[in-house]
Amino acid sequence: MRKITFQKAINEAISEEMRRDRDVFLLGEDVGAYGGAFGVSAGLLKEFGPERVMDTPISEAAIAGAALGAALAGMRPILEIMFSDFVTIAMDMIVNQAAKIRYMSGGQAKAPLVIRTASGCGTGAGAQHSQSLESWFCHIPGLIVVAPSCPGDAKGLLKSAVRDDNPVIFYEHKLLYKTAGYVPEGDFTVPIGKADVKRSGGDISIISYSAAALTCLEAARELSGEGISAEVVDLRTLRPLDTETIIRSVSKTGRALIVHEACKTGGLGAEIAALIAESETSAKLKAPLKRLCGLDIPVPYSRPLEKAFAPTVDSVTAAAKELMK
Amino acid sequence: MDGHDMMARIYMKMLRTRRFEESCAELFAKGLVHGTAHLYIGEEAVAAGVCSALRKGDYITSTHRGHGHCISFGMDTSAMMAEYLGRETGCCKGRGGSMHMFDIKNGNLGENGIVGAGCAIAAGAALAAKKRGTGAVAVCFLGDGATNEGSFHEAANLAAVWKLPLLFVCEDNKYGLSMPSNKAMNIGDISKRASSYGFPGKTIDGNDAMEVYGQALCAREYVAQNGPMLLVCDTYRICGHSKSDKNAYRTDDEIETWRKKDPIMRMRKIMLESGFAEAELVCMEEKAAREIEEAVEFAVNSPYPRPETVCDNVYA
Repeated sequence: MRKITFQKAINEAISEEMRRDRDVFLLGEDVGAYGGAFGVSAGLLKEFGPERVMDTPISEAAIAGAALGAALAGMRPILEIMFSDFVTIAMDMIVNQAAKIRYMSGGQAKAPLVIRTASGCGTGAGAQHSQSLESWFCHIPGLIVVAPSCPGDAKGLLKSAVRDDNPVIFYEHKLLYKTAGYVPEGDFTVPIGKADVKRSGGDISIISYSAAALTCLEAARELSGEGISAEVVDLRTLRPLDTETIIRSVSKTGRALIVHEACKTGGLGAEIAALIAESETSAKLKAPLKRLCGLDIPVPYSRPLEKAFAPTVDSVTAAAKELMK
Repeated sequence: MDGHDMMARIYMKMLRTRRFEESCAELFAKGLVHGTAHLYIGEEAVAAGVCSALRKGDYITSTHRGHGHCISFGMDTSAMMAEYLGRETGCCKGRGGSMHMFDIKNGNLGENGIVGAGCAIAAGAALAAKKRGTGAVAVCFLGDGATNEGSFHEAANLAAVWKLPLLFVCEDNKYGLSMPSNKAMNIGDISKRASSYGFPGKTIDGNDAMEVYGQALCAREYVAQNGPMLLVCDTYRICGHSKSDKNAYRTDDEIETWRKKDPIMRMRKIMLESGFAEAELVCMEEKAAREIEEAVEFAVNSPYPRPETVCDNVYA
C-alpha cells in the first residue's frame, strides 16, 4: 500500500467525489488558485474550474448559509472554513439552521453539506487560530462531527461525509496535514460512527481522537517499553460516538484515560467519562477515570507556553502510569 | 393568465392569508395554541403580489412572520393550520410550529426563527439554480429589522459578486418588535442599502398588491438575467409583534391610519374598478373563509404526534 500525506488524502477524497458526482462542489476562502490556506485543494481549480472550486469572499456566515441553501436545493457542497475558530461567525447557519432543518421540517429537508475546517494548536497561531471547539458541535443534535487522525481515515471518512445526507463538521488538525500514512488505492470509505482500535492492549484504554490520538500512540509505545500494555481507541467520529467500542475496551482493561487537546471543562472527555461511569463497567474499574486535556486557558502564543497547553507524550505516559499504580 | 384572472388569484391569496391569520388569533385567544404567532395582517399584498410573479421551480425563504409567504407560495392551509396547532397532520408533523413551516419539495425552504437567516440560504438556492441552469430564481423575504443583521449584508455581497438570481423582498413594516425602523437605522430609504453592493434597490407601495405584482414580475426577470435586486415594500404590521405584544410603543392613531390603507380593501376597490362584480368578490371572500374554516376543523380534529416518535427525523 502507498503512503501519502493527510493533506493529499483529503485532496484525493474531494477530487474523487467531485468526479463521481456532478452535484459535489468545493467552496471557501482561497480554495481556488491559492490552493487552500493549508494546501488541501491544490490542483482542484485546474481540473474542475471556477464553477466547482469556488473562491468566496471572507464571509463565513454567508458562505455557510449558501452551502446550506445549495444543499437544500439538491447539491452536495463541501465548504472549507479556513480555521475552525472562524466557525464562530457561521454559528447560526450551522447550529440553528443546518442542524435543525430536518427535524423542524418533519423530515422533509436533507442538508448534505460537509464543513471541513482546520483546528488545533502547535503552529504558533495564537488564541484565535488554534482552538479545538469540536465539543460545541457534539452538543448539537442533527450534526455529525468527524475528527480523523491519519490519512487513510481522513480520506475514507471524508468520502463517507460527502455521501451522507446530514451536515457533517469535518475536523482537520493542522499538525496532521504533513503527516503520512498508508492509504489504499481506489475508491473506499470509512464508516461514520465507528471508532478504531489503533493499538490493542490489555492494561489500560487510552481514548482519544485527532492529532492527540497520535500522541497517545507514541505514549503507548513508550509504555510498552515499561511493561504497560496500552490500548489506543481512536474515536474518529465524535458524534455519534461509538459507545460500544469505548465500553468494550474499558471493560477489557479496567482503566480509562481520556485524552484530547480541547479545553477540559465541558470537553468531549467529560461526555466519554460520563458514558463509562453510567455503564455497568464502571463498577469493575480498577482505577478512577482520568481525563488529560488542554488547559482551561486561551491557547498561548509563545512556543514553550503553547507546548504547556496541550497533552504531550510525556504527560500521557505519566497519566497512564499513575492509573497503573 | 389574463389580468382579470391574475387579480382574482392575487385577491384569493390575500383573503386566504387574512382569514388564516384571523383564525390563528382566535385559536390563540381560546387557549388552543401552545406557542405564539407573528401575524401578517396588513402585509398580505407583499406575499400575494410577489409569489404570483414567481414560477414553478423558484425558491423562497421566509421569516418568523411567514404564514402569508407560505400560503401565497402554494402551501396547503389545512396542513399549515394543523402545524400551528402542533398536530401530526401538520406540514412538519408538529415539529416546527408557527415559525418553522416548510414545503421543501415545492421550493419553500422555510420560515425562520432567526432574523435575517434566510438571506444566505436563499443565496445558496439561487447558486444551485444558477449552477444547474434551471432558470429558477430565489426570493428572500425579510423585514426592515433584518437589514441590520450581518447575515443580510454578507448575503447581499455574496449574491452580488456571484451574480446570483436572488430577489431580496424587504417588508418594511416599520418596527422590529417595538423598535421603530427610523431609530434602528440612519437611513430613511432601505432600498439605498443595495447600492453599497452594486445592485439595484427600489422602494414601492407594499400595500398595493397589483403594484407589488407588477414590480415583482420585472424584478424576477431582472434577477434571472443580471443578479440580485432589493425590492423594499412599504407596509405596516397592524397586529403586535407576537401574541404577547401590548402595542405600548405606538399610538392607536398610527395603527388606525394604516388600517385605512388596508391592502385587502384597496385590492377590492381596484377589482371593482376593473369590472369585477360585487357578487364575484363576495363569492371569493366566502370561499376563502370556508377554506380556512375547513382548515381549522381539520386541524382541531387531527391527532397530536405520539410521544414515542419524538426522536424521529433528527438525522436523515
